[in-house]
Amino acid sequence: MTTLAEAPPKSTLSPSASNGDTQLLEVSMGPQHPSTHGVFRMDVSLDGETVVKLKPIFGYLHRNHEKIAENETYLGSMPYTDRLDYFCSITNNWAYALSVETLAGIVVPERAEYLRVITAELTRLQNHTCLAGFLMQDMGASGTPLMYAFREREKILDLFESLTGARMMCNYMRFGGCRVDLPAGWLEQAKTVVAAFPKFLDEFEALLNGNEILMARTQGVGVLSKELAINAGVTGPMLRASGVNYDLRKVDKYGIYDRFQFRIPLGDHGDVYDRYMIRVLEMRESVKILEQAMRDLPEGLIQDPKTKVRNFKPKPGEAYGRIESPKGELGFYLVSDGTPRPYRFRVRPPSLINLTILEDMCLGRNVADVVIILGSVDIVMGEVDR
Amino acid sequence: MTLEPLKLELEEKVPGCGLEIISNPSPSAQHSLLIDPEHAVAVAMYLRDAAHLRFDYCSNVTGIDWPAPNDAGKAKLKDMEEDLEQDEADCATAGYLEVVYHLYSMEKKHGPVILRMRTCDRGLRVHLPSLVSVWRSADFQEREIFDLFGVIFDGHPDLRRILMWDEYTDHPMRRDYVEPDDYEYEPTAHDEVLRKTMNHYAK
Repeated sequence: MTTLAEAPPKSTLSPSASNGDTQLLEVSMGPQHPSTHGVFRMDVSLDGETVVKLKPIFGYLHRNHEKIAENETYLGSMPYTDRLDYFCSITNNWAYALSVETLAGIVVPERAEYLRVITAELTRLQNHTCLAGFLMQDMGASGTPLMYAFREREKILDLFESLTGARMMCNYMRFGGCRVDLPAGWLEQAKTVVAAFPKFLDEFEALLNGNEILMARTQGVGVLSKELAINAGVTGPMLRASGVNYDLRKVDKYGIYDRFQFRIPLGDHGDVYDRYMIRVLEMRESVKILEQAMRDLPEGLIQDPKTKVRNFKPKPGEAYGRIESPKGELGFYLVSDGTPRPYRFRVRPPSLINLTILEDMCLGRNVADVVIILGSVDIVMGEVDR
Repeated sequence: MTLEPLKLELEEKVPGCGLEIISNPSPSAQHSLLIDPEHAVAVAMYLRDAAHLRFDYCSNVTGIDWPAPNDAGKAKLKDMEEDLEQDEADCATAGYLEVVYHLYSMEKKHGPVILRMRTCDRGLRVHLPSLVSVWRSADFQEREIFDLFGVIFDGHPDLRRILMWDEYTDHPMRRDYVEPDDYEYEPTAHDEVLRKTMNHYAK
C-alpha cells in the first residue's frame, strides 16, 4: 500500500520575498561553448540580458608545460612550444629560440634571419585571416567568411608542409638558425601565394568592412581605453586597436625587422570593429614585409655552426626574450644553472594576459556581445592554460 | 638600462628601502634589482609614475623556487622507495621562493627593469605584497604563482587557484614536488615509468 506524500506546508508555497526584477541569473558559458574556441569557461551573472559579473575560469587544458620543460633538454622543449598556440607554431619557436640565443649569446646567420621573418609573417597572415573568419562565425555569419579565410590559410599551410614536413606543428627553428633550408621551387610558390593575397584581402574587405550587421554589432562594443590597456598588460593587435603605438617589431627590432619598410596600424576607438580592422591592416603590412624579405633573401648558412646540438649547456644566468607574435607579446624567461636542462622555464602567454580585462569590456553589455568580445581578443587555449 | 643610478635614485626617493643589484653573468646581461617586501609597493609606484622612468607596463611576472642548495633536485633523483619525509621537512624550512617582475615602458619605449622579491622560507613565511594595485597585468600571473609555487600575495583582490582545481592542495612547480600516485601507469619500455609501475603495484 502506498500513500501519497504529504502536501508541503503553506509557508513554502508563498511567493518569494524577493522582487523578481532584481534576481540575477548565473550562466556558465562553456567549457564546451562553441564561442570559447576551446575549453574555457566564463561564469556570467546576468541581470536580464545585461552582464553584471564575469569570471573567466581556466585550466581545462593545463598540462604544466613549464614543469615538463624543466625535465627536458633545451632543444627537447622546442616541439612542445608548437603546442602552446597551435595556430602559430613558428612564432612560438622563434620566441623560444630567441630567448635561448639571448641566454647563450648565439649569433644567427643572415639567411636564417630572413627565413625566420618569412615564415613568421606567413604565420601572422594565416592567424589574422582565421581570426577574422572566426569572429564572423561567432557573429552568426556561418560559413562563408570563415571558409574564405580557411581557403587562404590552406595555401600557407601547404607552404609550411613542404618546408617543415608539418602543417601546424612545424618545429622549424633551432638555436642559431632554422632546421631546414628551402626546398627547390618553394620561394617561387611562396611568392605566388603572397602576390595573390592582397586580392583576397580586397575581396574580404569588400564583403565585410561596410557590412551593416557587422558594423551594428561591433562598433562601440567592448571598448577598451588606452590607459587600462597599458596597465593591464594587453599587447598585440588588441593594444594597438586602443591606439597605443607599441609593436615589438619596431620597439625591440629583434631579428632583422629594422631592415623592412612597414607601418603600424592604430585604432581610434578600441572597440571590436577596430580590432577587426587592425588585423586586416596588419595583414597588408605583413604582405609588404614578405615581399621585401623574399626579394632580399641572401644565400648562406641557415644555422650557426658553433652552436652545439647535443649536450647544449648555456652558462648559468637568466634571460627574457620576447617577440611580437600574432596574439601579442610572447616571451620566454629562462634560468640556467649550467646543466643541459633549464632550471626555470616560463612562458609569458599573451592570450592569458589579454583576458585580464575581459570582465571590464563585457560589463553592462548584452550576453550576446560577450561572444563577440571574446572572439576579438583572439585566444588559443593551448597557450592560455599551458 | 644601467641599474646603479636607478638604485641610488630609488634609495633617495623611497627612504629606508633595501635594494640590492643581482648581477647576471650570462651573455644576456639582464641584471635585476632585489627589493625588500615592505617597500615593494612604494618602489613600484615610483617606477611607474616618475616622469623620466614611466615603467607603465609590467610584462612578465613569474616565480622561481630555490630550495636550500644541498637539496636541489634531490627529490627527483632519489629512488622513490626511500623515505622522503625527513628531507621534505628540512626542505620546506630552508631556501626561499622568488618572484620576478619584468617591467617595460610603453611611453618611453625602454626597459627591461627586472625586480625580484624573496620570501623568508618555503614553509609558512611565504607572504609577499601584491603589485596588482600598481599593474593590473600582475593579476592572473600572481594567481598563477600562488597556484603553482605557493607564494601568498597580500593585498591581491582575488587570490584563488587559476590553473589547478580549487580542492588541490599542493604546488606543482616546486622543485621537490612529487607526483601523486593516483592513476594507473601504462607499463612502457621507459625505466622511469616501469619503476613507477612497480611502485604502484607494491602499495
